[in-house]
Amino acid sequence: MKTTFLISAAIASCAAMPILATAADLKIGFVTTLTTGGAVIGNDMRDAVNLAVEQLDSTMGGKSFEIIFEDDGFKPEIGKQATEKLVKEDNVDIVTGYIWSNVLMASYKSVTRANKIIISANAGPSAIAGKLCHENFFSTSWQNDQTPMAMGELLNARGVESLYMMAPNYAAGKDMVSGVERTFKGEFVGKDLTKWGADAQLDFSAELAKAKASGADGLAVFYPGKAGGAFIKQYQQAGLSDILPLYTIFTVDSLSLPKLQEAKMDGILGSEMSMFWGPDLDNPSNQQFVEAFKEKYDRYPSHYAAQSYDAINLIASAANALDGDFSDTEKLRDALMKAEFDSVRGDFEFGNNHMPIQNFYARKVVADDNGDWTTSITKTVFESHQDVYAADCKL
Amino acid sequence: MDWVLVLTQALNGLQLGILLFLLSAGLTLTFGIMDLINLAHASFFMLGAFFCASATLYFDSFLIGIVCAVLGTALLAFVVEKSVISHLYVRDHLDQLLATFGLILIADTGVHLIWGPAGLAIPLPEPLQGQVRVGELVVPAYRLLIIGVGLFIAASLYWLVNKTRAGMLIRAGASNRQMLSTLGINVQLLFTSVFILGAVLAGLGGLLIAPITEASIGMGNDIIITAFVVIIIGGIGSIKGAFVAALLIGFIDTFGRAFLDSIFALFMSVDAAETAAPAVSAILVYLLMALVLVWRPQGLFPPKLR
Repeated sequence: MKTTFLISAAIASCAAMPILATAADLKIGFVTTLTTGGAVIGNDMRDAVNLAVEQLDSTMGGKSFEIIFEDDGFKPEIGKQATEKLVKEDNVDIVTGYIWSNVLMASYKSVTRANKIIISANAGPSAIAGKLCHENFFSTSWQNDQTPMAMGELLNARGVESLYMMAPNYAAGKDMVSGVERTFKGEFVGKDLTKWGADAQLDFSAELAKAKASGADGLAVFYPGKAGGAFIKQYQQAGLSDILPLYTIFTVDSLSLPKLQEAKMDGILGSEMSMFWGPDLDNPSNQQFVEAFKEKYDRYPSHYAAQSYDAINLIASAANALDGDFSDTEKLRDALMKAEFDSVRGDFEFGNNHMPIQNFYARKVVADDNGDWTTSITKTVFESHQDVYAADCKL
Repeated sequence: MDWVLVLTQALNGLQLGILLFLLSAGLTLTFGIMDLINLAHASFFMLGAFFCASATLYFDSFLIGIVCAVLGTALLAFVVEKSVISHLYVRDHLDQLLATFGLILIADTGVHLIWGPAGLAIPLPEPLQGQVRVGELVVPAYRLLIIGVGLFIAASLYWLVNKTRAGMLIRAGASNRQMLSTLGINVQLLFTSVFILGAVLAGLGGLLIAPITEASIGMGNDIIITAFVVIIIGGIGSIKGAFVAALLIGFIDTFGRAFLDSIFALFMSVDAAETAAPAVSAILVYLLMALVLVWRPQGLFPPKLR
């Protein structure tokens, strides 16, 4: 307990350090995770944002703009502090970013109360898509339930009749399980919710032994971040890649694949996942984005990067429509709602709850022409899919 | 019940217990002999893994990686003991907590600066990637290696502590420190050696688990609390206690995760069992600690005090 307290106190004091204000016309705050293991995701988002800024030449709607990055330290309370600092001290026009649902839920009111705009570039908790939806909230990602619902549909298409599922024991983990349950028509032969948080369980030997003994046709897992890499290594070391096909949700991406390739985990090749986007998604603006990202950073962008890139370009489209004048929030809202920008997903449209209405695809792990591991889209699972909570939103 | 599954889970429990033992052995020695609460023990666990990962990738050999990691951890432990820890022996526990927590922050930030936030995977040589089959039982080869190495180290430690002169001093230190220095033993040297030994064992634990999980920032901080539970149950200062308690916790944790939901499902709905089981299995270890503290407040095998 004492350790936890001391760690929190130490991180809180770091987050309170001031950043010098500069003189750009427009200011955009970006809250993400730049310390702890979660920084792998945060850095990828920041790289995508910096690429967008470079391509826009730091100007939108004829005005200069700057991005102020803030670290949430993987914690809701620190994310909230960072958000308040952006809104009150830096007086930004728009706040975006947010990897984690719990950080977003703790922070969004600080923005909406100040009548400013908040755009999630990843988190999509059900509450904010449904009953708690807000006119000033937008998302360039997805609602949490959509990707696992696409997974359930993919499992049906692949003829999986009995499924074993594993996820961490926290809100998003449970959402993922219930999302699959919504659409999967076969039988659940086993389910494990494993310990998560500061001392998350990373050794899955007991669960893998159970999954194997269950005789399931398929194993579906949701393990974001470092737990994902750990899981896949153990899946292969247990010799399950030949007998129990693996399906993943937010577990295998361009952040984990290079490390898995380095560790020679070829059991992951050919495994499938559901996702709204992929680096090989065939449209001009995505090809341009993936090319430029690879050119600049020498690696594939992740979906986190794609969403962040879209967030900045969405804001730029509003700035162009308003000649760089963000003073009228109502006009800004309307301009954002039109979403007239070249999204990496092709056409981009908001639903009534300001969540995107979009396609979901099945992606497969493959080696590209250079031998680097990446994902390739194999089929479209959902077309123009809207999340189920939109009906609860009164907007 | 399926005996293959039970046996597999028993091996999983044994492997988890052995890892916990490697981490706890050093912790119980430094706490028991030097009266030092060393949170930074977790950092040696992490650094062992990172040293091994870097060296393995550089030399393309896991074996060389292990050797480099052991030497690197020992050297670093020596420097840390001389520069920081040696000043803490005479201070109270709160000062030790603060200082060693500071070391954790330095280590975590240092790793972030040197290796980045992503963590490192350790590639295993081909034979260790596979599985060993005995009849229906299929066990990952690498997990068997962990069990083998861990038991060998436990046996070596038993020999060191019980059969050698150095071990006699260690035991004497755990029982009565003042008497030891009164008898003209170089306590400073003993402390430094024990600290390095503990750090190397923690580093070994870290580098052994890293090919299964990966070397990542704060990986030791996740497990250090459980290691403290181990040494409290085992009796502070007792290697034998740490060994028994680590295995006990390894088995309880693994079997809790493996079978608790099936057991709960016998007398409640499947949904309720699935929700309750992870929560209960997460607290089983602490429940055991509470029971042991009520029954034997000094732990199961406290060193004899004279």
